[in-house]
This record gives sequence, structure tokens and C-alpha cells, in this order.
Amino acid sequence: MEKNYLNWKKGLLSWLLTRDHKRIGLLYMITVFSFFFVGGVFALLLRLELFKVGETIMNSAFYNQIMTYHGAVMIFMVIIPGIPAFLGNFVLPLQIGAKDVAFPKINLLSWYCLIVGAGVTLLSLFLGGVDTGWTFYTPYSIETNTAVIPVVLGVFIMGFSSILTGLNFIVTIHRLRCPGMTFFRMPLFVWSLYSTAIIQVLATPVLAITLLLLVGERILDIGIFNSEKGGDPILFQHFFWFYSHPAVYIMILPAMGVISELISAFSRQKIFGYKAVVFASLGIAGVSFFVWGHHMFVSGQSEWAGIVFSFLTMLVGVPTAVKIFNWVATLFKGSLKFDTPFLYALGFLFLFLIGGVTGIMLAVLPFDVHVHDTYFVVAHFHYVMVGGTIMGIMGGFYYWFPKMFGRLYNELLGQVSFVFIFIGFNVTFFPQFILGMSGMPRRYADYISPYEPLNQVSTVGSWLIASGFVVAFFALIWAMFKGKKSSANPWGAKTLEWQTSSPPPHENFLKRPVVSKDAYE
Amino acid sequence: MLFSNFFVLAEEKTQPATDYVAQLEKLEEFLIVISFIACVLITLAFVYFAFRFRRKESREEGKATQHHNLPLEIVWSFIPFVIFMVSFAWGWLVYKDVRTPPKDSLEIQVYGQKWNWEFIYKNGRKTTNELYVPVDRPVKLIMTSRDVIHSFYIPTFKIKQDVVPGTYTFLWFKANHKGEFQVFCTEFCGAGHSSMGAKLNVLSLADWENWLKTDPYKGLSLVEIGQKAFQGRCTACHKPTQERLIGPGLAGLYNTKRDLEDGPVVLADENYLRESILNPGAKISKGYPNQMTPFAGLLSEEELSGLIEYIKSLK
Ligand code: HEC
Ligand SMILES: [Cu+2]
Ligand SMILES: [Cu+2]
Repeated sequence: MEKNYLNWKKGLLSWLLTRDHKRIGLLYMITVFSFFFVGGVFALLLRLELFKVGETIMNSAFYNQIMTYHGAVMIFMVIIPGIPAFLGNFVLPLQIGAKDVAFPKINLLSWYCLIVGAGVTLLSLFLGGVDTGWTFYTPYSIETNTAVIPVVLGVFIMGFSSILTGLNFIVTIHRLRCPGMTFFRMPLFVWSLYSTAIIQVLATPVLAITLLLLVGERILDIGIFNSEKGGDPILFQHFFWFYSHPAVYIMILPAMGVISELISAFSRQKIFGYKAVVFASLGIAGVSFFVWGHHMFVSGQSEWAGIVFSFLTMLVGVPTAVKIFNWVATLFKGSLKFDTPFLYALGFLFLFLIGGVTGIMLAVLPFDVHVHDTYFVVAHFHYVMVGGTIMGIMGGFYYWFPKMFGRLYNELLGQVSFVFIFIGFNVTFFPQFILGMSGMPRRYADYISPYEPLNQVSTVGSWLIASGFVVAFFALIWAMFKGKKSSANPWGAKTLEWQTSSPPPHENFLKRPVVSKDAYE
Repeated sequence: MLFSNFFVLAEEKTQPATDYVAQLEKLEEFLIVISFIACVLITLAFVYFAFRFRRKESREEGKATQHHNLPLEIVWSFIPFVIFMVSFAWGWLVYKDVRTPPKDSLEIQVYGQKWNWEFIYKNGRKTTNELYVPVDRPVKLIMTSRDVIHSFYIPTFKIKQDVVPGTYTFLWFKANHKGEFQVFCTEFCGAGHSSMGAKLNVLSLADWENWLKTDPYKGLSLVEIGQKAFQGRCTACHKPTQERLIGPGLAGLYNTKRDLEDGPVVLADENYLRESILNPGAKISKGYPNQMTPFAGLLSEEELSGLIEYIKSLK
């Protein structure tokens, strides 16, 4: 049998101690999908409780815990590591013609940070659970008698995973490009990882410090967030969103990168306005540091701050709109094939569009005053996070699946599961826009009866999404071991990862590639 | 008004709930219509391209000759920019209105606490979870919290503001017609968050002035006073039965032995009840969190005695 990175060495230890970016990518794959399953079960439980008015399957204290774990697991363990650490790890060195990332051992360390951090966070489940919501707002998070400290420390540790991966990618992109691969010849996925890495390295430490202060507040009662001691509970929100808004772009920029790859590959064209897309990514990353206050329009921050943050938030909208136009323009005169990854790309375009325009609506001050902390916001960020990031992960996974395992997935099952997920998603979340505009607050374990019909629609939608993922899961597991053998380049794509065999050999390329053309040419 | 019938809470009214709502609804219509147009146009474009340019044979390559076009790219950056700026500026104008209470506003103090709202009027009258205001008169709510952050939200009036411990925040409105309106808490505050609602009652000026002057406890027996004081203040956490909520059910409590968290057993006599209400942290009942608001300073002596009598009367 041919030697490749999968059978290069055998045994569990050869995986757990591997320094091969491709194997580490697969370790992330297993981790991220396992946590996705956990977070997904929590989501289904929440929707089930909300199916009817009144207490049905859990009381409000328990609901609040499930709500917190759903958010924390999905954000810190699925969406943040999802694309950079899983797909990025696997694809980035291949796309720039490198043997590996710059610091292979640190790369492995960052996976262990995620595992240890996630372990510490989930340990809290056995210490009474936590009920603060994934945002840990003070003073509630200081007062509550639930297990805040392990959760927060776990998130702190997971932060290092994110920082180390970002650092590794920046150095890799600067130092390890193959001959001829200039910056402006890099595939857009690489550019998006680069922009993301900058945010990861600059913003994550702020979250880390904030969480340590929160632990200090709980253990030592230092008073920085406590108004009785002259501190300010709102300061916590500033710190928190100073990280967590840029983090929104840690979540979405890599997905945009994947979509650029998919659109180019399945239309067999160069991306329209390559440089505009590059500068849009960098621009989004830059401005993202100055818009955190849009999460705080009704927090009591000064009105002028609100006005400035509203204005700056509008500015982020422009490069985002430009990207959408560029993707659509790339389809023009293309040669389009509707394989599963491309369906996910089109799904992304549609859902992200809705997520985007509702984001602009939320940036309009008085509109936000009305719908802040209602289901409108819940719907908006699920359109961006699920409609954007999860669509990106799934599309990218199907796209690089043949490269990862050297086998093809079943096209029909891929398409069927996509249809379930796409329709289910809209059935679940579109009604929530209407609920929000009618005033239904978020994080409610129970609601008044006028909200019941739309909540029932939403819950039924969640079952459709779940069915879609179940089909996708079994089809992909089957394909991993039994799927038809894939050629090196089943899609006819142009980027470097498709020029080595599927699966690639241990150090990616038998001969060092030399580039003499632009990306996608 | 285009969309309001569509929404679950909107009632059929010829006149908008407040003038501010009328203003905001125009802006909302603009935002929804323009978002809808943008989504439809872009979706139509890529769906059309998707069918028009689908691959006919497997080796076919894309046929576009141009891969960037500066004038086009400038135009399509500029159009959203203009739309966003209009949205921003219009938003600013409306926002200014909702943040500028008229000088002659009627001021009412609001306290958020786990998990009820207390309202204190200028003459000292207090209500829990029931806010009474006159119609056609600007009202300014001056709000703060006694524990964690809450948020005061009147969906029909489309206004909300966080209620933060240690500072005052405010909210204002002028109701255009009489009626009863829902209030929600919209900042997560724990187990009672979703039940931390209140009713806003808009009365005619004469009715409101009458209401303000009446003594709610007049002519009531001590137990009845207690029962009234119990409503809203205590009901988020206690049931008047033996059933547990956040705190223990209070029926049958009087004159029984209580296990405390740190070991000792005490008799639930009047003194114990008094202390449990004024300073609940002093003796924590076994198996319960130290979650109860200390009511010292928040109840009149009359209410306190009433509450104790009421608890004694619960079997
Ligand atoms: C935020 C929730 C909350 C509110 C509001 C609240 N309580 Fe409590 N209460 C508790 C909890 C929790 C306990 C048990 C822990 C403790 O002893 O402090 C408790 C305990 C008590 C006890 C002692 C019961 C026992 O088993 O020994 C009494 C009496 C009591 N509350 C009365 C009241 C009255 C009267 C009010 C309204 C004025 C009230 N509580 C409002 C949460 C609350
Ligand atoms: Cu943000
Ligand atoms: Cu609340």
C-alpha cells in the first residue's frame, strides 16, 4: 500500500504525540465534532423546553445551566477552533507549499490546551454546573453560588490554544511560503487565516485578563467590578466585549476564507476582485477592535459612546458587503457544479446575507434599544454563527474530505443532509426574528402564551437540523473507511493542496512546489 | 404601521402607543424594506447565475475574462456605504429623542431586585410589579438595582434600559392611551429572570391622582396586609403552600423546628421569622442557597408584622 500521512506510523501514541499538522488537524476534527454533538444536544433540550408555555422538562435553574453550557461549548469549543484549528491546520501548510507549520510542537501543545481547558470547563458539570450565560456578566457571576471558577479557568486555558495557533499561523505564513508564493499569490483562505490570527493574538489576552480578574473577584473580593467597593460592573462588559467582538470575526473570517475557496473551485474561475477581498479581510480585522460598544447600547454607557460605536459598526458593514458582491460576481460566466461543498457555499451566501442585514439593523441605535436582548439578537447571531461559520465548516469539510482521507463521500447523502440542515435552520431561526420584534426576551426559561406558536415552529425546525446532521455524520463516517478512492484533484481546483496525492504523503509534497502563477490560475 | 399587525403583541389601535413608537416604526419600515430588497436582489442574482452558468461538461472551465473592475467595485462599495450612513443618521435622530426626557416629566423611582420591580412615587407610595402612570404625561423612570443587573423593557413602547447597581439610569415615555402593558426584565439575572415581569397601568390623570392618594392597606386586617405585601415581593421565590420554589414553601413553617445550613436547629417563632425576612443571611435554611434579598429598610413595620401574621396563618 502507498505510504501517506495516515499510515505513516501506527498506534494511538503516534497520533497523540504527532507533530504533523495534518494529523493534528484531524485530532481537532474529532474534538470539534464531539463538542458540536454535546452543544447540539443542549440546544435540542432548550428548544424542547420552549415547545410549550410553562415548565415542561426542566425548571428554570436547570434551563439556565443548559443555556450557559450550550453557549460556552459552541463558542469556545466548536466555533472558535472549528475552522482555524481544524481546517486551517490541515490546509494552510499545503496551500502555501510548506512541509508543516513553523512550530509543530507548539501546534500539538495548542491542541492539548484545548483539551485540558475544555476538560476543566466541563468538570464544572460535576461541581453543580454554572448558570451565568457564556458572557459571565458581573455582578451576577460574582454572586451566583454555581461553579463559575472552573468554567472561567477552562476558558482561560482554551484561550492559550487560540493564541498559540494564531501565533503559529502568522509565523508560518511569513516564513514558510514556497518559492514564488508571494503574499498576493496566496489563496484567500490563507489570507483569512492570517487576519484571524492577528485578532487571536491581540484580543485573546484581554479575555484572559478579564477572566482572571473575575476569579480574583470571586476568591479575593478585590472589588474592581463591585460598585459597593467603588468598582464598576459595566467595566467587565467593556473588557469582555473588547475581546468578544473581535472574536466574532475569529469565528466568521475563516468561514469567509473557506467560501472563497469553494466559490472559486466550483465555478472554475479566479475570484473576482482578489485584492479587494484581501483588503476587506484585513479591514474587517482592523475595525473589529473598535466596535465592541454596540453590545452595550442600553448598558448605561454614555450616549456619545453609543453614537460613535453605531457609526463604526456601520463601517464594518462595507467590506463585508464588498465580499458578498465579489463572491456573487465570481459566479458570472463560471462553470458551476452543484456538489455538496458548493451547496454549502450558496447556503452560506443566503444565510450570511440575512445575518448581515439584520446586523446593520441592530447597529441602528433606537432599533437596538427595542430588540437588544430579545430573540431578534438570538436569531441574528445564529444566522451569522451557524449560517456563516457552521456552513463554512461543513462546506470546507466536504471539500477537503477527499484530501484528508483519500476517499469520496456519497454525493446524494451529502445533498440530502444539506437540504435538511438548510431548511431546518430557517424554520428554527427565522421565526425568532419575529418573536424578537414582538418583544420576547432571550434567556427566558418560560414565556407568555402569545409567543407559543412561533416557538413551536422553531422547535420543530431544530429537529430538522438534527436529522440533517445525523445523516451527514453517518454518511461521512462510512465514506471515511469505505468510500470510493479519490484522485489527487477530484474537483479540478487550482490551489497547491490539490497537486499532491490524496491523502498527502508525510511531509506533504514529494518535491518542493514552485509557484509561477496567481492563486486560482 | 405596515408590520405592526404582524407582531404578536401589537394590539389593533388607530393611534400608536407613544409618539416615539410612531417615529421608530417609520425607521423600522425603512430598515426592513431596504434589507428585504437587498436580500432579494442579491439572492436572485446568484440563483440566476447558478442556473445560467451551470457546468455542461466535466472539463469545462469558467469563461469570465475580467477578474476585477475598479469602477464597478467602487460603485458597489459606495452604495451600501450610503445606505448604512442614512440608517446611522436617522437612527441617531430618533435615539436623541428617546434619550432626552422633557423637563416637566413626572419622576418615579424604580428598583430592580431578584426578582421583582419596586416603584416609589413622589408622595412615598410604593408598589411592587405594578407601575401606575397618567396618560398623556411624560414619565421619567429613575432606576437602580439592589443586587445584580436587570433591564427594564416595555415592548409595546419599544424602550429598554439596563438597571445597574451603584448607578442611576433612566427611561422616559409618554403614553398616548390608557391600558395595561407588559414589562419584562431583559438582562439575565438568575432563576427568576423569566418571571420578573411587571404590569404598566396607564390611567386617566384624575384616576391616577385618586389612586395615588389612597392608602392600599386602609381597613384591612393584619393578615390581609401581610398577604398584600407578600404578592410580588415574595412570590418569585416562595409559594404560600409547602411546595419549594427558589426558597422553601412557607405553609406550616410557624412553630416548627428548622435545620440550618451550618448545623444548629432553631424554632421558627416570630423572632426567627422577623430575622429571616429582614436579614436572611444570618440563618440559612438547610439545602437552600443564600439568595434572599435582605428586606431590612424595605418594609414598613406594619407590613412586616402583617407578613409574619400571614406566614403564621398559612397551613
Ligand atoms: C430572591 C428570592 C427570595 C425572595 C424575593 C424572598 N425570599 Fe425568603 N427565602 C429565600 C431563600 C432562598 C430562603 C432560604 C435560605 C435562607 O434561609 O435565607 C428564604 C427563606 C425565607 C424564610 C425562612 C424559611 C425557613 O424555612 O426557615 C422566610 C420566613 C422567608 N424567606 C420569608 C420571605 C418573605 C416574607 C419574603 C418577601 C418579603 C421573601 N422571603 C422573599 C428566597 C427569597
Ligand atoms: Cu459585536
Ligand atoms: Cu432578569
